[in-house]
Amino acid sequence: MARVWIPALLRGMTGGQSEIEVAGETVGALIDQLEARYPGIRERLVEAGRLRPNIAVVVDGTRSRQGLRQPVSEQSEVHFVPAISGG
Amino acid sequence: MSSATPTIEKPPYRVVGTRPIRPDGVDKVTGRAIFGADVRLSGLLHGRVLRSPHAHARIKSIDTRAAEALPGVKAVVTGHDFPDPQNKVAASGEGTVNLRSLAHNCIARDKVLYFGHAVAAVAATTPNIAEEALKLITVEYELLPHVLDVREAMRPDAPLLHDDLRTNEMGQRAETPSNIANHTRHERGDVNQAFAEAAVVVEREFRTSMVHQGYIEPQNGTALWNADGQISVWCSTQAPFDERNQLAEILGMPVSKIKVTPTEIGGGFGGKLSVFLEPLAAMLSKKAGHRPVKMAMNRAEVLAATAPTSGSYIRVKIGADKNGCIVAAQAWMVYEAGAFPGSPVDAGAGVIFAPYRIPNVLIDAYDVVVNKPRAGAYRAPGATNAAFASESVIDELAEKLGIDPLEFRILNGAKEGDRRADGPVYKRIGFIETAQAAKAHPHYSAPLAPSRLDPEGKNPAIKRGRGVAAGFWFNWGGKSSAWASLNPDGTVSLIEGSPDIGGSRASIAMQLAESLGVRAEDVKPAVVDTDSVGYNDATGGSRVTFGTGWVAWRLGEKLKQQLKARAALLWEVTPDQVKAEAGVFSCNGRSITLKELAGKLDETGGPIVASDTFESDEYGPGFGVHIVDLEVDTETGKVQILRYTAAQDVGTAIHPAYVEGQLQGGVAQGIGWALNEEFVYDAQGHLLNASFLDYRIPTALDLPMIDTVLVEVPNPGHPYGVRGVGETPIVPPAGAVANAIYHAIGARMTALPMSPARILEAQGKA
Repeated sequence: MARVWIPALLRGMTGGQSEIEVAGETVGALIDQLEARYPGIRERLVEAGRLRPNIAVVVDGTRSRQGLRQPVSEQSEVHFVPAISGG
Repeated sequence: MSSATPTIEKPPYRVVGTRPIRPDGVDKVTGRAIFGADVRLSGLLHGRVLRSPHAHARIKSIDTRAAEALPGVKAVVTGHDFPDPQNKVAASGEGTVNLRSLAHNCIARDKVLYFGHAVAAVAATTPNIAEEALKLITVEYELLPHVLDVREAMRPDAPLLHDDLRTNEMGQRAETPSNIANHTRHERGDVNQAFAEAAVVVEREFRTSMVHQGYIEPQNGTALWNADGQISVWCSTQAPFDERNQLAEILGMPVSKIKVTPTEIGGGFGGKLSVFLEPLAAMLSKKAGHRPVKMAMNRAEVLAATAPTSGSYIRVKIGADKNGCIVAAQAWMVYEAGAFPGSPVDAGAGVIFAPYRIPNVLIDAYDVVVNKPRAGAYRAPGATNAAFASESVIDELAEKLGIDPLEFRILNGAKEGDRRADGPVYKRIGFIETAQAAKAHPHYSAPLAPSRLDPEGKNPAIKRGRGVAAGFWFNWGGKSSAWASLNPDGTVSLIEGSPDIGGSRASIAMQLAESLGVRAEDVKPAVVDTDSVGYNDATGGSRVTFGTGWVAWRLGEKLKQQLKARAALLWEVTPDQVKAEAGVFSCNGRSITLKELAGKLDETGGPIVASDTFESDEYGPGFGVHIVDLEVDTETGKVQILRYTAAQDVGTAIHPAYVEGQLQGGVAQGIGWALNEEFVYDAQGHLLNASFLDYRIPTALDLPMIDTVLVEVPNPGHPYGVRGVGETPIVPPAGAVANAIYHAIGARMTALPMSPARILEAQGKA
């Protein structure tokens, strides 16, 4: 199962757990599984069917462009981080 | 002076790593290059902007009748002439921009939020008439209390800039309005326990001032809203496609009706990623009967009303064990967003401890609106502030532990497999190699550079010191599109959409040349408008040589495949039997050069073209380590930089001269930020130093030659190993200079700029 790192400000919803193993083949599926366990967490990450615009997902060390559709593997490590901007 | 430190054997490139003359060089040095100010169209009108004299006020009424009646005036617009975009978020540079905020920043609606905020605009037959007309516009304001300091703006009783702004905490909005737009936290391990067990802990607080990018060419734009509804815009921009999208939303028009032509650009550094004048020029053009309108800011407008970067307040605490290993790090960061949310504090939070392997981390980052211009991107946005704070504390920790400061950074340095402070694990990075290159550089073992202020060494008031600091930047890949056409003489026309700010025409052309097997001079690059090439993300985020370079490589491969097929046709073999090597195609003992093959296009099937669009996520971050020698006149507080060396992991340097130039330019800007630059506001929120006389950027006379060390750790995520290089070099200078000042005078500097007044204050002489 993929390992999802729960953002610090969402850990109140997971009982303080910072890493959770979740089954799923895409980032969207992982969030669906998290939502089933921790109702309300999807709304914190997703808006209008997409990752919130100020949130980026990093899978296995690489920031994804595919958002919820980003494939993940059984060994994947998933982080939700701020979407940063450069100059 | 420059040196390269290859850590991995590079392939024997023919073009990559050479230093050809830039394709745009002649036009630039002879004054023929077309900048925004050079745009001239038939029937051209001239636009000017009326700006707020107040930091915060409600607009009760605007009377434009007298201005409209002035002979020569053809149109006047206010915020009421524009549709009101929803709170929609669009791409801008590497990040996002709220289009409603952007629209309200271009021209105020019901409130002005900072000194210089645009209130109305006029188009007239001459610039002077337009200026006169501004004086005839009457604006009735209701003054509101303002707030300039971020920590004051965070207080519950602070004046509110936006009644509907609620603090966002990872998707949860607070119930009551606030100036705190966003709070982000990164947390791993247990910092409290780790600090309690640490052998040495250092905690300090730091302040930095709002600063400007300082590009030489002011914002400008010319717009024609044609009678058929087509809108053409010529402007100085890093991001023509983003600007097209922004214009569409602000003007309420589809993107298909808008064409943006990027003119040559006289510097951007992140400050030209969004529109300012362009929507005003377009709306004036429409109201003026579809005549073109040209607008350009003066320097005072550029400083007061564009997109400088945030001032900040940062508290940093770092602990290490007795062996010198960092065990915990904590930061509390507050950045000025200016009048609308969107400071680079989240980037700062990602940067602040990035060079180091730290098991316990807690970072809180706050984006706070204040009555100053909307903060924009500036070369590694948010990173210089952050590194100034963290690298000062790192230096102090090393000193307390009795460890050489570079050795301390190497001991704790992050490498492949280590976890970033904000969570993800690093892939192949070159921080350790960069720090080792800096430590091995002759500068680090040399005696302090000779004094310039006191060459004979007789003045006891002159103190010299050396400092080091490290820095990190994320870099970016982004989307790029381009196309290429093989000419009958064997040259290639390359059509791209990435505005060339730092020599990217050359670096992109070189990658196509390497891939195809021709000379760099045989590729003719052109940067075109948004109707003439596929979508390109901004020239920003240190992405173009990487991202558009990827496309150039792919174009070369595509052209090569087609040429193989043509050679196969001539030799009556299959294309897979044809080999291509350095511009020569061969099969079974026969060979033909690319130029010869290009001469046979008509007889083998006609023109050969290739187009491509691509985005890679494997851009890889950059690290820099800097060394500076300086002297301080303890009587006057003046700091003189004596020697500077910047080492950086640059991946593969495609055109080393431009990579060196990026490092030197970043250092020069960083030194200006460190020593001189700041926005100075009076108590009423008026900007007091809106000129280059009073907002002092460094000149060649202020700086020594800046040595560079190009540490080439090829990025495995690019065909030639490219990493972005443009932003990282501005990250370490403020920290390095602060540490050098400490080693000169024995006082830790905790505020930017480290001006003479602050140096004297630090010595108790103020």
